[in-house]
Amino acid sequence: MSTVETAITLAPKQYKSDVKPVWCPGCGHFAVLNAMTKAFSALGLPPEQVAVVSGIGCSSRVPAYTSVYGFHGLHGRALAVGTGLKVARPDLTVVVAGGDGDGFSIGGNHFLHACRRNLDMTYVVMDNEVYGMTKGQASPTTAADWSASKLTPGGPGMRPFQPASIAVAAGATFVARCFSGQPNEIARVLVEAVRHPGFSFVQALSPCPTFCPEQKEWKHVVRPFDAEPTDDPAEASRRLQADDGMSTGIVLAARRPSWAPSSGGASASATTIEAIEAEIEA
Amino acid sequence: MRSTLSIALTGSGGAGVVTAGRVLLDAATRAGWYGLLRRSSGPQIRGGESAALLRLGAHPVDCLDDHFDVLVALDWGNIERFADEIPLVATSLVLSDPSAGAVPAAIAAKGAQHVALPLRELATAAERAPENMVAAGALCAALGVDAEHVEACIEALLGRKGGDALTAAVRGARAGAAGVPAACADLALPAMATRPAHRWALSGNEAAGLGALRGGVRFVAAYPITPASELLEWLAPRLTGLGGALVQAEDELASINMCLGASYGGVPSLTATSGPGLALMTEGLGLAVAGEIPVVVVDVMRGGPSTGIPTKSEQTDLDIALNGLHGDAPHLVLAPVSVADCAFTTQWAVHLAETLQAPAIVLSDQALGQTRVVTERPADVAFLTRRRVASPDQAEYRRYAAGGDGIAAMAVPGTPGTTYTAEGLEHDERGTPSSSSGHHARQLARRTDKLDRHDYGPWATLVEGDGDTAIVTWGSTCGAVREAAARERARGRAVRVVAPRLLAPARHGEVDGASALERALDGVERVLVVEQSHSRQFHRYLRAWHDLPRQVRCLARPGPLPIAPEEVRAALGDWSQR
Ligand SMILES: Cc1ncc(C[n+]2csc(CCOP(=O)(O)OP(=O)(O)O)c2C)c(N)n1
Repeated sequence: MSTVETAITLAPKQYKSDVKPVWCPGCGHFAVLNAMTKAFSALGLPPEQVAVVSGIGCSSRVPAYTSVYGFHGLHGRALAVGTGLKVARPDLTVVVAGGDGDGFSIGGNHFLHACRRNLDMTYVVMDNEVYGMTKGQASPTTAADWSASKLTPGGPGMRPFQPASIAVAAGATFVARCFSGQPNEIARVLVEAVRHPGFSFVQALSPCPTFCPEQKEWKHVVRPFDAEPTDDPAEASRRLQADDGMSTGIVLAARRPSWAPSSGGASASATTIEAIEAEIEA
Repeated sequence: MRSTLSIALTGSGGAGVVTAGRVLLDAATRAGWYGLLRRSSGPQIRGGESAALLRLGAHPVDCLDDHFDVLVALDWGNIERFADEIPLVATSLVLSDPSAGAVPAAIAAKGAQHVALPLRELATAAERAPENMVAAGALCAALGVDAEHVEACIEALLGRKGGDALTAAVRGARAGAAGVPAACADLALPAMATRPAHRWALSGNEAAGLGALRGGVRFVAAYPITPASELLEWLAPRLTGLGGALVQAEDELASINMCLGASYGGVPSLTATSGPGLALMTEGLGLAVAGEIPVVVVDVMRGGPSTGIPTKSEQTDLDIALNGLHGDAPHLVLAPVSVADCAFTTQWAVHLAETLQAPAIVLSDQALGQTRVVTERPADVAFLTRRRVASPDQAEYRRYAAGGDGIAAMAVPGTPGTTYTAEGLEHDERGTPSSSSGHHARQLARRTDKLDRHDYGPWATLVEGDGDTAIVTWGSTCGAVREAAARERARGRAVRVVAPRLLAPARHGEVDGASALERALDGVERVLVVEQSHSRQFHRYLRAWHDLPRQVRCLARPGPLPIAPEEVRAALGDWSQR
């Protein structure tokens, strides 16, 4: 793990900026932001050693609300930006954050490959099962019969995307689910996720009171997984397949090497431009 | 005696055409000549027909000649697919093995002289030596290259294959040298002094890779695509050797965004692609404009639109490179003027992107990228300016506030006291999202002005010659245009060649309201525009951005056939005789 944990002690609020969130009252994303700053504080991370990278959406607004380095990029491309940053700057703690539309629809391909690459970074998805920013359309995690959007009057009519299962299948080595109604639990999971040496995926169920008022019920439905985290992806898959998507906690914490730039191949021995130029001499 | 000699080698897949071409080019290089080798291949992955198109000379050559002096057919498989790429004249020689069948109509119709070269018989007699090496040996001998050079090249190229393959190849070359047909007697090139030092052999793709490294690029993310993949394959091990990294991304959306992430992290970054990939990257390039994140994209153009003609050249991504980004998105577009210049132009692009904190697109193409040239060592210009980096511990760091030159200081993550959020939404000077008209107007103006006002130095426009007739061109067609102009000058007619290396910002270097390009055309009354595009993309660009003299002609046609020097001279017609 490359995370720089030091003896510095900053309060969670010192990881917050003075920018006022655009979020609606009651939005679950507030709790995720708070948990993130709590986790940074608990880890004792110097703010300049952390980068929060995001795409586009209500949830993706999060970097500007922190006092660490931030990158607010394009819809769906946050993981690609985070990947480039982590490969170029392995010394930084990279946390990628965003929404379910951003991560599983327009950015779905990057999600699969980030899991495969297993770089040492953390991906937090604030899953409200809806496109909040564009005012309430169905997302990949929306229930098939959710008919509140004019765009899909009879509901999206498709089986919802299973983020945690897919993360395990694609090769993520740390997979967890939390609920924004339990901010301390999110902070605890985020601390573990950041410490995990590999790609850690945290699905944070984060209700949207504006477009999905029915999600108020979530607090009555969520419950902890009835088993300790496993280090076996097959076992984690079985648990997730059998689950209704509302169990919380760390499911998988496994070890697998991260992708690294390949060494070797012809000419890798040239360590200066001059040596490379000498090869071109006719 | 001729000063250059043009040779086409053709054959079906597995015939070893490209290897034979490489032996010829490398052996000629050892003998002191210059040259180029252009490949042409069909759509098949393996097993397809291909052609090695060579031009060797006593001086550097930058384009193919108008016709070939020699065509050597290793066999006649699918020759009709290449027939129009191999112009022949009455004095040209067509060398083929009678046992491979009669010269097909598509070639016979060109009226060249047919010469028997019994490849199969010679190869069989040399204990089943490879026929492509018999052909290479025969041609080298006809040119006057010492056998010692030929064998050294074969060893360098095939040494890896080891033992039997290598000795068989050498036997083949010797058999070929012993069997040169009498009709090849006057193919010899003038003998050169011993092989000079500091001569380089490289393709445009390799040159661009070298330019990237010289410019300081240490991160590359890319998705494979013809004809850019070789640039990436060349870079991968060398980047690692220099302590950098290359990521094979899941798609081009990822490649450009990975580059932005790495560049945001303080590491100069580059990706390479072709038209379809550039199309996918345009949103990311817009983010680079808005967030002011340096990045370079090398687009090795091929025939378009859509998947188009993936293996062959065209200059038709100019429109998308200049205008493909949404919003008002000022950025840099550059084009190398020769194969070797891919090194300088890419290096310069990295320098400009880093200095100006903006994306730069370098428009190479298949003709530059996949042509191998023997040339003088390209100049390495040491650029002094680098990315302006914010100093640590600022009380109130404002990422998007700039001084007089419009360039703001960019903090590198890890630096204490300068944390900020790189922002693709319109923003204020601190980077906080804003939809106010004032912030939008000010940031747009600054992002435009920082590019327009920069001093690009003497490299922005190539100007050769003088006179009141000019040929204006860009990119890979520069080679044929410069040769056409040289031929005109040799006939006592003044011709100016003007080729912008920096295409955008278009009106850079304005003096008294005249753009750099307009000043390069000072005193010109007639302009011939030359480009490889059906819809005249370059001509439209010139019309949109610059005042041109009243008399303008246009030689514009689609790829993939290269524009030839005599074609340019013909388009000039009576103009330059005044
Ligand atoms: C290329 C592109 N397509 C569409 C959009 C419009 N858009 C902005 S945010 C968004 C969806 C956001 O939903 P989600 O990621 O679930 O985040 P939330 O707002 O719910 O937190 C869309 C479709 C865009 N910005 N860019």
